[in-house]
Amino acid sequence: MFKKLNNIGDCGIACDFGDEVNRSINTSVIKLFHHIKKEVSKGNLEGVLNYTPSYNKLIINFDLEKINSSKIKDFLNSVDFSKLNISQSSKTWTIPICYDFEMDLLNMSKTLKMNRDEIIDVHLNTNFFIYMVGFIPGHPFMGDLDSKLFLNRLKTPRVKIPAGSVGIVEKFCNIYSYESPGGWNIIGRTPTKLFNKKDEANPCLLSPGDSVKFKSISKKEFEKLSNE
Amino acid sequence: MSNIFFEVLRPGINTTFQDKGRFHMQHFGVTPGGCMDLESFSIANALVGNSPSEGVIEFAYQGPLLKLIKGKTKISITGNVLFQIKKLNQKGINGECYRTYDLDEGDKVDILATKQSAYGYMGLEGGFDLKYFCKSVSTLDRAGIGPNEGKKIKINDKINIKRNRNEKKNFITILSNNERDTIRVLKGPQFDYFDKESQKDFFSKNYKISNLTDRMGMRLEGSFMKNIVSSNIRSEGITKGAIQVPADGQPIILLTDYPTIGGYPKIANVISADYNLLIQKTPGEKIFFKLIELHEAEQLYKEHLKSISETIKNIKEIN
Repeated sequence: MFKKLNNIGDCGIACDFGDEVNRSINTSVIKLFHHIKKEVSKGNLEGVLNYTPSYNKLIINFDLEKINSSKIKDFLNSVDFSKLNISQSSKTWTIPICYDFEMDLLNMSKTLKMNRDEIIDVHLNTNFFIYMVGFIPGHPFMGDLDSKLFLNRLKTPRVKIPAGSVGIVEKFCNIYSYESPGGWNIIGRTPTKLFNKKDEANPCLLSPGDSVKFKSISKKEFEKLSNE
Repeated sequence: MSNIFFEVLRPGINTTFQDKGRFHMQHFGVTPGGCMDLESFSIANALVGNSPSEGVIEFAYQGPLLKLIKGKTKISITGNVLFQIKKLNQKGINGECYRTYDLDEGDKVDILATKQSAYGYMGLEGGFDLKYFCKSVSTLDRAGIGPNEGKKIKINDKINIKRNRNEKKNFITILSNNERDTIRVLKGPQFDYFDKESQKDFFSKNYKISNLTDRMGMRLEGSFMKNIVSSNIRSEGITKGAIQVPADGQPIILLTDYPTIGGYPKIANVISADYNLLIQKTPGEKIFFKLIELHEAEQLYKEHLKSISETIKNIKEIN
């Protein structure tokens, strides 16, 4: 159940589930997301244009010509959370990663006082949970890393990070699905394509609620998989 | 394949196909995008008798030079745009915005510049022949999404047109001018992250629009916003017109191609009725923010839509 509803501008509502970030709160966010998506597809919420789940919030964007914030708040307040379920079954993925493409492991091992292999080992042994997808198309935000690997963002973000780069910050891990600016610590790169323009109904490989484990590959295997 | 088409003799600096945007995709990380100035967009379509959702060409600052290689068509240019119509073997004539022009085989339209504004639009009778992605022809260049392989229009591109011109008459309308430097906003969800002094400055001092401005965001230079809580929040979904303040204290307004999720505190949000006014401002211009209430913003948006529909109702035949 959300804790409060806030307006964001005149055509947005934030359903706020509280300050904590954990799987149980995120699962509630995703349940509400699926419910709204279903209501929109049934034509019950005309004017609702987007519904974006994040760690602990669901943001609803709407067309002010067709609906307004008070109508959406009424709808949200009438949702019976005990009856919501995750309509999509969550999947488990193995994502190949080549650590030779790292950009920050040397600095990380100084900061964390761990050697390169120890850092990689913790990363490979983490069962990641996908909290949300966004920022750029298909880009997942995953957790939770062991506190041994907790790092801040880079002081100066990079202007360009190559597509497929895998980064970490605090307890989170991401994959830059497209070339992008960014401030995460880059530990490797995957050849897996995360966004498929040919599948209009479901273009993202990874969805919130899915699980991910990384598998280490060589540069040679990386090149081979990239060309597939 | 269409055999009615333009050739691009000069692409301009930021020329793309756009429509009203691509919705129900933000949870995949796909921003809605669409035309920056939805008012100029809908009038461009109305002038040439199209449905309001037909795709148009959007250009910024310098526009394209297009030559109609085959067929005949009718175009409309909206915004505040300097352009010429060059009929085959004739001297170019200066074009007027908010009216239609017939183009025949060999004719050119030369869109030279947007005047004291950023974005302009070219509509076309019957529409461009474009490939849809998720019910929209909007181009999102940085992810390669949309028609033309998701890229900006380039030199020598062929731009296909759905059909030849049917309408014999030409049309014109007049736009009511609405110039001002005050942008009205609502309080953002993290308004209280900023100290009282900063809140006061935000609504009393001006901000200069920086050169670092594009379809994704508008960076501002001005009074430092002092954050007394945290300069990072848990990343959350973004709304068009959100004004976020990163650690350097200088606001950034998130525009049409916004990142779908962001983690900076938001001090305010531009109201929908003032969005077109804002995005037509150019680097170096100064703006002021004025705080209003939600019910006022909703009323102003109704009036804004009413004024657009009046401009469309006032479309008249040229004798």
